[in-house]
Amino acid sequence: MHRVNHADNIVELKNVSFNYGNDRVLKDINLNIHRGDYLGIVGTNGSGKTTLLKIILGLLPPSSGSVKLFGQDAKNFKDRSKIGYVPQKVTNFDANFPATVEEVVLMGRYARRGLFHSIKEGDRKRVRFALEQVEMASYENRLIGELSGGQQQRVFIARALVTEPEIVFLDEPTTGVDKGARDEFYQLLKKLNEDLKLTVVLITHDMEGVAYGAMHVACVDHTLFFHSSLEEFLKETKLNEKLERDARIIAHHHQ
Amino acid sequence: MINLFQYDFVTRGLEAGLIVGFIAPLIGIFLVLRRYSLIADTLAHVSLAGIALGLLLGINPILSALIFTIFSSLGIERLRTTKRTYGESALALFLSGSLALATVLLSLAKGFNTNLLNYLFGSIVTVTQNDVYVIASLAVIVAATIYALYKELVYISFDEEAARVSGLPTRVINTVLIVLTAVTVSLSIPVVGVLLIAALIVIPVVAALQLKKSFAKTIFYAEIISLFSVVSGIIVSFYFDLSTGGTIVLIVLGIFMLLSFSNRNK
Repeated sequence: MHRVNHADNIVELKNVSFNYGNDRVLKDINLNIHRGDYLGIVGTNGSGKTTLLKIILGLLPPSSGSVKLFGQDAKNFKDRSKIGYVPQKVTNFDANFPATVEEVVLMGRYARRGLFHSIKEGDRKRVRFALEQVEMASYENRLIGELSGGQQQRVFIARALVTEPEIVFLDEPTTGVDKGARDEFYQLLKKLNEDLKLTVVLITHDMEGVAYGAMHVACVDHTLFFHSSLEEFLKETKLNEKLERDARIIAHHHQ
Repeated sequence: MINLFQYDFVTRGLEAGLIVGFIAPLIGIFLVLRRYSLIADTLAHVSLAGIALGLLLGINPILSALIFTIFSSLGIERLRTTKRTYGESALALFLSGSLALATVLLSLAKGFNTNLLNYLFGSIVTVTQNDVYVIASLAVIVAATIYALYKELVYISFDEEAARVSGLPTRVINTVLIVLTAVTVSLSIPVVGVLLIAALIVIPVVAALQLKKSFAKTIFYAEIISLFSVVSGIIVSFYFDLSTGGTIVLIVLGIFMLLSFSNRNK
């Protein structure tokens, strides 16, 4: 917990509301994300958590309230390479897309290079390094569509890492990933948060996944009704009782 | 057998054909992967109204087609992004609307003649030296723009949302892509004709996709397939006195079926 710098907010939401037509999707959200944190944002389908993410990322303007990224207005935030983003795989991904793992990860470098600037050897080195971080280096020349769901998701993390971000957002990253690969995936997120000092924001409906490594948890159901440490979240939801039956996860939690 | 190259029109036709064959897959790969294939077909029909306008006003029909198609492409993109129409219905509006306009303009221009057939189905015989210059300069513009925006186009085709988060101006790039499509359609008219342009933009790419290679290699194979089809199509159509555009498209379709079939049997 000492790694979190509570004085340094990467994301600041003040009284954020979002209406879609007459529906109030989000109401009066106040949320700060501190540097070094691993925050799980938990909510069911239709709770507005993906909308919240889009507002934080500047993809949607809030109906009211203010959103700041790195102290600047999110709408005008230009230094986008500070943000890594791993989208929800199932909805955004064409398995027949003709691209190798290297080509996909290289995309993360594109925004750093301007028009006419081609990819340099340095970019390829970054790609290789990122693939090593997610233990996918030996798959460099494989087509993305040939990999398993868990492997694909690791490649997307590598793509987020090559932009050299300070914060990484993941939207339901484990959809379509089998149980074994999912645990490894959460372990990887924890490692990135601890070893690379990356701020991690995990948006998910998978409460057990959050229990696996997050430091703080925020629960969203149109409003933010809970935002505290993981320990309190587990107590509050009685998820700890359920997890005690799952010795593997609880052992990890107390280690 | 008569020598192909003793005729200037064959040389000109081959020149124009090679340029069109080179440009079409460059645009096609991004249209196909973004599920925009129908846009090429729509713009091709739109270009016919431009041609009719040119015939009526007595200006070069390819230039009038170019201008008309570019403006229509901007209109389609606007309808699409503002979501005032349901998805593809914007395309249907433009496709049938411009076809209706074309027939009215053609009847005004008394343009229902053999000349029209050349625009509809392509005819290398009618490609003038001037056409070759126009086609070549448009092709340079398209190729240079794609080269400049290659990285951005690849990223947006693969994952538009992540591209937006990374700070790429996705809306501008989408607009550039559709305008380039309009230019490509217009420059292809003399060789394959209005009705068959979309085939040359889409099918070589779909055929190359059957090979399941990297992005860069897919473009490379699409180019080979396209250039081979255009050249062999022109030669075959010359010796057997067939429609050039139709022959080219049938050859590229044959290659697609071959690759698709061998792919299934793997």
